[in-house]
Amino acid sequence: MSPSNNLLQGQGSTAVETGAPEVLEKGYIGQSIPRREDKRLVQGLGTFFDDVRRHGMGYVHFVRSPYAHAKILSIDVSKALELDGVYGTITGDEVAIHTDPFFEMSVEPGGNIKDYALAVGRVRHSGEPVAAVCAATRELARDAADLVEVEYDPLPVLVDAEESLKDETILHDDAGSNTVWSGVFDWGDVDKALAEADHVVKIERLHFHRFSSTPLECAGALVEYDKGTAEWTLHCNHQMPGVGAIWMAPALRTGIDKLRFVTQDIGGGFGNKICLHPQYVVLCLLARKLGRPVQWTEWRTDQHTANAHGNERTFMDIEVGVKADGTMTGFKVRALDDCGAFPRYEPLGCIIWAQVTPGMYGWRNIRVDFTQVCTNKSPVSPNRGYSRMQHLWLTERIIDIVATELDLDPVVIRKKNYVKTEQMPYETPNGCFYDSGDYAAALDIALELIDHGSIEERRKEAAARGKLLGFGIGSTLDSGTNNFGQSTLLNPDLQFSGNNEAASVKLDIFGEVVVTLGTVPQGQGHETTSSQVVADILGCSPDQVNVRRGHDTWFNSHAGFSGTYASQFAFTGLGAVKGAAELLRAEMVQLAAAVLQAPEEAIELADGFARIKDGPEEAALPFMALGAIVNANNAFLPPDFNPTLNHRYVCRPYFGMVDTEKKTGQLTLTYATQIHAAVVEIDPETGVVDVVDYAAVDDCGIRINPQIVEGQVHGATAHALGAALSEEFVYDEEGTLLTSNFYDYHVPHALDMPPLKTGSMESPSPVAPLGAKGMGEGGGGGIHCVCAAIQDALASAGKAIVYTSCNPPHRVWSMLQDPESTRANVSVESR
Amino acid sequence: MSTPAPASSRTISVEVNGEAIEYEVPARRLLVHFIRDDLGLTGTHVGCDTGNCGACTVHVDGEAVKSCMLLAVQADGSSIATVEGLAAEGELTALQRAFNEHHALQCGYCTPGMLMSATALLEQNAHPSEDEVRIALQGNICRCTGYVNIVEAVVAVGEGTGA
Repeated sequence: MSPSNNLLQGQGSTAVETGAPEVLEKGYIGQSIPRREDKRLVQGLGTFFDDVRRHGMGYVHFVRSPYAHAKILSIDVSKALELDGVYGTITGDEVAIHTDPFFEMSVEPGGNIKDYALAVGRVRHSGEPVAAVCAATRELARDAADLVEVEYDPLPVLVDAEESLKDETILHDDAGSNTVWSGVFDWGDVDKALAEADHVVKIERLHFHRFSSTPLECAGALVEYDKGTAEWTLHCNHQMPGVGAIWMAPALRTGIDKLRFVTQDIGGGFGNKICLHPQYVVLCLLARKLGRPVQWTEWRTDQHTANAHGNERTFMDIEVGVKADGTMTGFKVRALDDCGAFPRYEPLGCIIWAQVTPGMYGWRNIRVDFTQVCTNKSPVSPNRGYSRMQHLWLTERIIDIVATELDLDPVVIRKKNYVKTEQMPYETPNGCFYDSGDYAAALDIALELIDHGSIEERRKEAAARGKLLGFGIGSTLDSGTNNFGQSTLLNPDLQFSGNNEAASVKLDIFGEVVVTLGTVPQGQGHETTSSQVVADILGCSPDQVNVRRGHDTWFNSHAGFSGTYASQFAFTGLGAVKGAAELLRAEMVQLAAAVLQAPEEAIELADGFARIKDGPEEAALPFMALGAIVNANNAFLPPDFNPTLNHRYVCRPYFGMVDTEKKTGQLTLTYATQIHAAVVEIDPETGVVDVVDYAAVDDCGIRINPQIVEGQVHGATAHALGAALSEEFVYDEEGTLLTSNFYDYHVPHALDMPPLKTGSMESPSPVAPLGAKGMGEGGGGGIHCVCAAIQDALASAGKAIVYTSCNPPHRVWSMLQDPESTRANVSVESR
Repeated sequence: MSTPAPASSRTISVEVNGEAIEYEVPARRLLVHFIRDDLGLTGTHVGCDTGNCGACTVHVDGEAVKSCMLLAVQADGSSIATVEGLAAEGELTALQRAFNEHHALQCGYCTPGMLMSATALLEQNAHPSEDEVRIALQGNICRCTGYVNIVEAVVAVGEGTGA
C-alpha cells in the first residue's frame, strides 16, 4: 500500500492502491450533520473526569464552614488522622505557608484582598472550605471530615450589597472596605439628553437576582503529581484552563508549564467551571504532600452553596429621557454588583456589560455609575450571558417600563429605537461595533411565530377563564469574542489585551486528518463543527477528520486565552481550525503539484484526493499517498522542499487599543441577535405563571451546523425560563443558603418547559473568519420577555411594575396584592 | 497504612447487563457507587445528592430506578441493566440513534439516565404521546437541551420514525 513516488521523477502513473474514500458533495458548512460526539455518549462511553481512576488514589472531602462570617479560632485534624484509611489532611495555615494569594484583578481597594485556596484565619461565606481530608474511599473521606474540629467565633453577617456598601462591618481587613471596585462610565451628554427630553421616566430600583445555570456534572478533578519533574496533571473539567493556569501557577510558586490540564467530556459548564482554581490548588498541594493521586468530586449541595453563582446586580436611581414621539435619548443608572465573599474573576463583570452598553437601541447618552461590593455569600463567576445579561435586562426593563408609563406599544417603541440594519456596522457610544443584524426583521419573525395579531383576542379568552394573559418581548445581544484589553478599564496595570485561540491540523501517515483544539467543549459539539470546516477546506468527508476530544495542554494546541466561554468558538476556535487547515491544504497542494508534475493552480483537493483539475482519472493522489510520502517515504523529496503536513494556527483577532480615559474601544467583535417573545397566563389566585406560547429567533450569522445552533437556543431559553420563574439562590439573614439542592432550587423539568418555537435568520458577520458569530448565551432574552409578559398581564390588575428578574408565584401574588408598592418605584416627569 | 475493613459488608449476587456477578460490598455503599466504582460501569452518572436529577437511572428488574436512592445491598438478587447494556452487541438501539439524529444531547451527562427512563417507558408504552414522554422523564434533569429534542426523539421512536 505504499504510494509510488517515482512520479517525482516524472515516470509511471499513480499506481497507488487505496481504499478510495466515499465520494461526497462539498459544502458541509451549513449542514445539520448529526454530532460525532454522540456515539460514545449514548452508550455511556464518554469519559468525564470522575470516570478517571488511578492506582492508589485518595478521595478528597472538604471541611466547610457552617458560618457565613466568623473567625477561625482553631482547627484540630488529629481525630481525622487517627481514622484508619485516612491518608492526610490540609488546613488553611498550610496553604498560607505553601502558596501565595491568588492575584487580584481590581485596583484598590479590591486589589488588596488576600484570597487563598482555603480559608486562612477567617471564613467569609457559608460552605467556605477551611480544610480538606484525603482518604481511601469517598465514604471514609466524608467520615474523617466530620472528625475535624473547628472552633469559630461568629462575626456580623452581610447579605445585602447596600448594607455592605456602608462598610460598618469589613469583610477583608487588607482591603479596608467592602468595595471591590467603582467607576463612572459616561458617554455622550446624559444631563443634556434628560434636560431636553419631553418625558423623564425615573425608576428607583431594579434587582437582577442571583442564580446559576448549575451544570448537571459538578466540579472536580483527579490530580497527579510527578515528583521527578515537579509537574501536576489535572484530569478535570475546568472550562478555561489557560486562565486557570494563570491563576494557579503563581499561587503554587511554579511555572505555567508545570500544570497540565486534561479535559475529556465535560458535563456542562455555562461559565460555572471557570473559577475552580482554589479547589484545584488544594488538590495540587495534597497530591504533592501525600505522594499519591487525589480525586475530588464536588457534591451537589456544595456546588450550590460554595462554588460559584452568577452575579447579582441592583440598579438604582435610573432616569430615562424620552421624546414626545417615543424616541429614547439616553439613561443614567447607579449599578451595584454583589460578588459574594471573594471577587476572583468577577471584577471583570464591572466592565464586561459595556460590550452591550446601549442594548439594541440607538440612544447615544448613557452614564453608568458602577460599584462592586463583597458580601458574605458564595463567590460568583461568569454564568451564561455573563454581565451583559444583567445590563440587557436593565435596558429591556427600561423599554417596557417606559412603554407602560407612557402608554406606548412595546413593539412600536422597540422598532422606533432599535439600531437599524442600514446603520450596520454600528458604532456604539463607547466605541464598540455591532457588526451586522436586522433587529426589526428578527422581531417580525418572532411576532409571526407567536401570532402577535391574536393577542388581544387571546387575552379576552383567558380572562373568561379567570386568567390574566400577558405578552412580552425580550431583545438581546450575544456579544462574542471579547477583547481582554477591556480589563484595563478595570485596572490599567493589567497586562491583558486581545484574544487568541489555537488549533492544529495534520495529515497523518495513513491519510487521516487529525485535529486538536485549544477549546474546551462542554457539549457544544466542537468535534462535529470542526470536522465540517476542515472537510470543506481539505475536500474530504467529515468522517475522515478525527477531532481529538477535549483539551490537553500537552497537545500544544492551546493559547493564553484558550477555553470555551464568551461565545467565541465560532470566531476564534473555528478561525484557528480554518487557519491550520488552510496551511495544511496549501502544503498538500504543493506536494501534489510536485508529485503530479503540474502547476499548483491545476491541483484541486476533492473527495479525499489531490488531483489535477479536469485531468486524467489516474492523475489523482489519495490523502493517504500524501501522508505517507511525507511521514514515511520521504527519501525522494528534494532537500529544499520540506513539507510537514502538520500545522498549528493561532487565531488572533485585531481589536485596536482601549482608551482607558474615555472608557471606549472595541470590547468584543461579534454580536448575535436574539429576539424572544412570550405569552404567559397568570392565575390571580395563586400567582402561578404559565408560559403558554414562546418563540425565540436567533441570528448568529452563518450557521456552521443549524441543528447545533438551535439546540443552543433551546438550552439557553430553558436556563432563562428557570431563572425567570423559579431558580434563585436565597439567603437568610444569617447568610445560610436556603436553596442548596434541586428540591429547593427548582430547575425546569420536562413538564415545566413550554413548547418552543424557533426562528432564524443569517446576517453574516463581516469580521468573523467564517461569517459565523459566537452564540449560545442569548438566553437572557427569556428573562427579559417573561418579565415583560408578566408586567403586561398585571396591567389590568393594578399595573404593578416588575422590579426583579425572578418572579416565582409568591412574588407575583404579592404584586397582585400590592401593586402600589411596586408602582411607587416609578415616576414620570413630563414637560 | 492499609485500607480498613469496612464496618460491615455483605456479598451480593446480581446480574448486570446479563452477566452474573458476586461482589462483597460495604453495607452503606450506594448502588450507583457500586456500579461506577466497583464495576467500572461509568456510564451511569451522579448529578445530585438528593435523588432529583436522574442521571443515575438504571433498570432494576426491568424498572427504571435512581441508583443513588438504593444501597447496593438492596439490589441483591436482582437483575440490573445500565446504559452500557443497551447496545450490547455494538448496534445502537432505535432510541440511541434517535437521540443522535434529533440532537437530543449536548454535554451527554444526563443522557444515560434519560435513555434508561425512556427505554423503560417505551417497553411499557410503545407509542407514547408527547405528554406521556414528558411525564415519564420528569425525574430526569437536563440542563443543556430544554428537553425539546429529547422529547421529540422519544416520540419519534414510538411513532416508528425515530431512526
